[in-house]
Amino acid sequence: MDLSYGSEYSDFREEVRGFIAAHQDKSPSQASMRGAEGLAWQKLLLDNGYHSRTVPKAYGGFGAEPDILKSRIISEEFSAAQLSTGLGGQGISMLTPVLLEMGTEAQKLQFIKPTIMGEMIWCQGYSEPGAGSDLASLTTKAELDGDDWVINGQKIWTSTAQLADWIFCLVRTEPDAPKHQGISFLLFSMDTPGIEIRPLVDMTGDANFNEVFFTDVRVPKDQIVGRRGQGWQVANAILGHERGSLAPPDAAENRLKGIIKLMETETIDGHRVMDSPVFRDRLMKLQGQVLAMRFNDMRLLSARINKGQDAQLAGMIVKLQGTELRHELEGFAIDVLGEIGLAYEDNPYLRGNGSWQYQYMYFLGLIIGGGTSQIQKNIIGERGLDLPREPKVAKA
Amino acid sequence: MEFGLSSEQTLLQDTVNRFLDEQAPLATVRQIAAAEIDDGAIWKGLVELGIPALLVPEHLGGVGLGSLDAAIVAESLGYHATPAPFLGTAVMAPLAFIQSGQQEALLGPMAQGDYRVGIAFGEAIGARNDAGTTVSSGKLTGKAIFALDAAADGYLVATREKHLYFVEATAKGFSRRLLTTVDKTRTTVELVFDGVVADLVSQDPGVFDRVLDAGRVMQAADTLGAAQYALDQAVDYAKQRKQFERVIGSFQAVKHMCAEMAASLEPCRSLVWYAGHALDHIPEESRVTACHAKAHLAEVGRFVAKTATEVHGGMGFTDLVGLHYWFKRIGANRQLLGSPELVREEAARLQGMVA
Repeated sequence: MDLSYGSEYSDFREEVRGFIAAHQDKSPSQASMRGAEGLAWQKLLLDNGYHSRTVPKAYGGFGAEPDILKSRIISEEFSAAQLSTGLGGQGISMLTPVLLEMGTEAQKLQFIKPTIMGEMIWCQGYSEPGAGSDLASLTTKAELDGDDWVINGQKIWTSTAQLADWIFCLVRTEPDAPKHQGISFLLFSMDTPGIEIRPLVDMTGDANFNEVFFTDVRVPKDQIVGRRGQGWQVANAILGHERGSLAPPDAAENRLKGIIKLMETETIDGHRVMDSPVFRDRLMKLQGQVLAMRFNDMRLLSARINKGQDAQLAGMIVKLQGTELRHELEGFAIDVLGEIGLAYEDNPYLRGNGSWQYQYMYFLGLIIGGGTSQIQKNIIGERGLDLPREPKVAKA
Repeated sequence: MEFGLSSEQTLLQDTVNRFLDEQAPLATVRQIAAAEIDDGAIWKGLVELGIPALLVPEHLGGVGLGSLDAAIVAESLGYHATPAPFLGTAVMAPLAFIQSGQQEALLGPMAQGDYRVGIAFGEAIGARNDAGTTVSSGKLTGKAIFALDAAADGYLVATREKHLYFVEATAKGFSRRLLTTVDKTRTTVELVFDGVVADLVSQDPGVFDRVLDAGRVMQAADTLGAAQYALDQAVDYAKQRKQFERVIGSFQAVKHMCAEMAASLEPCRSLVWYAGHALDHIPEESRVTACHAKAHLAEVGRFVAKTATEVHGGMGFTDLVGLHYWFKRIGANRQLLGSPELVREEAARLQGMVA
């Protein structure tokens, strides 16, 4: 057990702290991330290697050798200083790694730089009304007509579709192949004629997602990542990136700190909520769970550095446990607030900007999205514990 | 940076596991639980592996390893539901003697398997009805209940003020009787003191806390091992048992029970490792992490013990499969050295949350 990062990393940490001290006044608020201020901050991060650090220089990155601990130090220091770590989103967190791995040279040159600069926003076209947990049964089809794919069908749960310049999209190109081998991964502009976006209002009251309809959308045939029929492998490479990142333990720790503050300031009959043993016990139960997930995350970090270490199961459980825990944390904060916990939108008694109720609902969405808790349990059972798959139902 | 066990620690755990697989199988556990034989032979084997010398510094003739090493041994003992006086004689008593510099002459005989020390901490953790001790002019009077190890040669007794005393089982005025519990893999006793000569070990509550924290981390590690065993058994059974012409593990209802056990237990491993490491290396966190390890493992352990039994169906309820030894061991670990509510309240107090 060695929890230190080693002396060779102290210099790097000092370097990061130096950058933060010099530039922290330029960090934008969450709301202005996509504005001029946010894009300037993004450029500053890119130029100094604090964003897209390992993306090659030719594609607009910093070109550093992958170093897991340096990346971790950057996020630790930025988090401690409560600074924005720059732009996220599906183009940066999911498409960029996939292009680096499977894209053509021309695709890398065309797409990566504007994506990480924040000039090109992406959305993801995966789920369909009839293809949720069983994503590989998707039916949006693309047929080759001359030099174009012609796309018809519908996507759903497409976040940021209304903002997106481009979409990366799974479509069926080989209708006669087995379902996992008939899918291709296409890239196209959201300005292409034949695309209609309808916002999907969810239980939070916001439209965090959209429905996207395609009617005879024509896409140049070289805008495919990987080969025809290889789209499922491409998509799975990115889903791996998404799952672990849905419920990072440091965010859970920050929410727990927020709850502690809430319990120290909110009162019932003039007594702090913290002074109620019933609430305190619930808090301590949750703190135990948060700690377990934090140390589980340290183990996962360690396993990425020390290749011999086995942490496969520890990684598989993160999406399930992490999203369920966040939902529980947010729900507990609502209980701490009692009837005030109901406040929403313009209510003058709102606490934490209404984020407790909002996140309580939003994390229920994340329990379902990105592979539901039930799908996660199938994965843990089948791949983690080697239990047999559900037998296929014979077709009538 | 390496968050995990070293190759030496893995080797230590493999060695203990191999010994217990061979020398302490379920058949032996059953015999000891039924009081047909005692745990002497198993303890002798563990002594030969150096287990009670593990935490004793080299200059006192021990092996000089740390709390995390002891925790992974505790995990192996839990995995095998091993009857052994490990908690008192290999961890809590040696730590108390080393920390206080008292009774060090006993460390040698303890490490050689010639002397066992039981633990009576109930008064200082959460005093109950029908018990209570007082000390006056070096003599102990009163009663301690649910002390660990009926076969101990002496007991480390904590008073309500967190003072530690040592009494010998042969002392005048000392008597004890076995207290039957659900967990037959380890023994607990009622100790009655009638003006028994008691040697002061420590009046420093810090020593008591350090010893208690270590004991709690060991209990957590024992539960981790026991719950892992229950999960492994459930998964094996779900792969073999057929109903409706299918192995039951292919039904999502059963598969999800197994997945839920794995999902809640796997992070516990990291919690126990960290808490073990913190005892020796991160004093500013170690008290809180020891409490959380104890309480969280108690909760997850209870869930896994119940669920693993259910996966076995009716067989899980029988004596035949023997899973109940682990169910009961997990239950005992939960109550001994502080039940979850007590321990969580202590965690809150340690963080300044209790007015």
